[in-house]
Amino acid sequence: MDSALALHRFHFAFTITFHYVFAQLSMGLALLIFALKTAALRTGNERYNDAARFWAKIFAVSFAIGVVTGIPMEFQFGTNWARFSKAAGGVIGQTLAMEGVFAFFLESSFLGLFLSGEKRLGPKLHWATSLLMFLGTWLSGYFIVATDAWMQHPVAYSLKANGQAVLESFWGLLFNPWVGWMYVHNMIGTVVTASVVVASVGAYYLLEKQHEEFGRIFVRTGVIAGVLSSVLIAFPAGDRQGKMVARFQPATLAAMEGLFTTTKAAPLAIIGQPDTEKKRLDNPAVVPGFLSILTYRHWSAEVKGLDAFPPDQVPDNIPLLYYSYHIMVGLGTAFIAVMAVSAWLLRSGTLYRVRGWLWVLMLMLPFPFIANTAGWMTAELGRQPWLIYGVMRTPAGSSSQVSSGNTLFTLLGFMGMYALLAILFLFVTHREIEHGPESPAKLPEHVPGSSASTTF
Amino acid sequence: METVWFCLVAITIAGYVVLDGFDLGAGIVHLLVARTDSQRRLVLKSIGPVWDGNEVWLLAAGGTLYFAFPGLYASSFSGFYLPLMVVLWLLILRGVAIEFRNHMEGPLWRPFFDAVFAGASALLAIFYGAALGNVIRGVPLDASGNFFLPLWTDFTPGSDAGILDWYTVLVGLLAFFTLAQHGALWVAAKTDGLPQHRAQRLSRGIWWVMTGLTLIVTGATFRIQPHIPESLAARPWGYVFPALALAGLGAMIFYIRREEDWKAFYSSCACIAGMLTSAVFGVYPNVLLSNAGPEHSLTIANTAAGSYSLGVALVWWIPGMLLVAAYSAFIYRHFGGKARLDEEEAY
Repeated sequence: MDSALALHRFHFAFTITFHYVFAQLSMGLALLIFALKTAALRTGNERYNDAARFWAKIFAVSFAIGVVTGIPMEFQFGTNWARFSKAAGGVIGQTLAMEGVFAFFLESSFLGLFLSGEKRLGPKLHWATSLLMFLGTWLSGYFIVATDAWMQHPVAYSLKANGQAVLESFWGLLFNPWVGWMYVHNMIGTVVTASVVVASVGAYYLLEKQHEEFGRIFVRTGVIAGVLSSVLIAFPAGDRQGKMVARFQPATLAAMEGLFTTTKAAPLAIIGQPDTEKKRLDNPAVVPGFLSILTYRHWSAEVKGLDAFPPDQVPDNIPLLYYSYHIMVGLGTAFIAVMAVSAWLLRSGTLYRVRGWLWVLMLMLPFPFIANTAGWMTAELGRQPWLIYGVMRTPAGSSSQVSSGNTLFTLLGFMGMYALLAILFLFVTHREIEHGPESPAKLPEHVPGSSASTTF
Repeated sequence: METVWFCLVAITIAGYVVLDGFDLGAGIVHLLVARTDSQRRLVLKSIGPVWDGNEVWLLAAGGTLYFAFPGLYASSFSGFYLPLMVVLWLLILRGVAIEFRNHMEGPLWRPFFDAVFAGASALLAIFYGAALGNVIRGVPLDASGNFFLPLWTDFTPGSDAGILDWYTVLVGLLAFFTLAQHGALWVAAKTDGLPQHRAQRLSRGIWWVMTGLTLIVTGATFRIQPHIPESLAARPWGYVFPALALAGLGAMIFYIRREEDWKAFYSSCACIAGMLTSAVFGVYPNVLLSNAGPEHSLTIANTAAGSYSLGVALVWWIPGMLLVAAYSAFIYRHFGGKARLDEEEAY
């Protein structure tokens, strides 16, 4: 692989991975903030409003980073992937522009209103702005997933003689058969992230014995949303997406599962390291026949292995793809287990007191981010060696006149810039979490030496 | 159909510059017009609820350009690789400075973020101007419609020019003063007390610089890009665009002198829209001129997407943008009037 291409690929991978850490948190939190605002409106309990206001602050910071790291994503289609853009812009530019026009304006405008208009708007209109924020962020997600879906499974287009793709059906593009389950799977993933973050901060408060009333609200909210989302993401969403991959990208499925040879009653590998030279899985721990069942609902069904495809048709980084997929599935299974136990403890009324389990909840914080990242890596590494599946190979899409030196220059620049963003984000969210969600109005007035002086 | 989309892209870009222009400009001038922390917070509050939304216009303009003229998007974005990346970094720094300033307490970091905000805003204005200068001057397109420009070579606008030569830097300076003026007028209209008075005084001075630079740049443009005077001669109705810019410029100083801040600000909007549309009208039907043989120029015809795609997009784009205009208007009205510091609110 020539070095400019490798750098273009890593450039995009790095910037999108960083961007999506914040985008997933924003999208998931948007739903939970809406849920908290709804609870506040229905019960009249002001604590829910305080909680919503607190998470809106975290949301605002995350959203701001999402915006400033999101603009480079759109630009990079042109800067680093010019030949791809020239060929595909007439099709996927459509969904990208729709994101800007319909979703992005909605989110950013109503976020400003949500943050600084609570008093002027009154409870009902303020609730409505939280709904619009939620709709905006989730609509954004749809257009982006629809864009990716076209690269995974190009539909509704025809090719001109010069290799340019021309859109044939607008609705065909928007309702690409690939979009539905991928969108559901992805969006539930963002809810898992937000649920774990909310529950984790709540557990921290309870363990620290500070802001305990909010600690209980956060743990309860996070666990209820978490148990629902962690189950739904596996079944039906993940299961259905897996079947879609099996149907449209069989070589990808074989690489994800580390299945080197075509097998009847194919086993499901739980752990193991793919050895692409000897074409086998080292140190495997497998469940016999389970892959056939998962894929075809039949014990003895034949699953195609990597040997069934020509070498230039299979993903070019099989080990990374295999690990990404297994990390996603492994963590997803762990989330179901942890959330199910938490929900059971919540029901029995003991969750807030079981310190050992609160530790588990608190330490879960980074893992949904890892799982979501691994999921996207599975999708995009699985698409290789194609940039547009079956139509354009990845090396044919990069900007031919942007040299590796210039690409490395900007990659290093983004790394420095994003390191700064990460530090600032951690610093600010840490401060907000320590400060807690108490509304200033509720604090006792003029208590000497109280924490009220830290409000601003 | 291509012409319709050419106009729509131009309108979106003009919308971006007019809207994000005033918060860029406020960033440029805020160190001068606001000296204390509370004055600076007041200036920030005047743009606080809207700057994010204004920046979205850039995304919308980019997205619209992408699907309507994919050939242009591919060629220009990869050719202007380095300046675009610099613009992205400046946008990031600027967003960070606005967003994180209020999360920092104490006298150490706030002035630092203020300086970052001002510096990034100023450089963005110059780069945007230089970008426009490049579009007017032309770039060395090859037969397949590609080019790559270094940031600078020897600063002369010949066929081996970089992004920055004396002409594009001159356009960059004009953009800098134009947006600084735009921001000063916004601050004058949205604040009261000392920041308002300082902004009013500043805008009188900037007006002279802006007018001088406009004359110089116009002269230089006619010399460097003969396509523009030719366009105007062939379609004289196009003089309406430079006339709009001049009328805006004239009305601006008229209202500045009468201290009618809002009217002066609207004049500035007209002036900016007039300048941009003049340039855009001048290059039409080209979208990117080649200075290495005019036969390589990118035009609306050889860069546009398929006609079905352009047609169907009209159906969602126009209602979508009307919707955007409607709730932008709602939000601007909601935050209308002078900005006030209110300790209990988030900004």
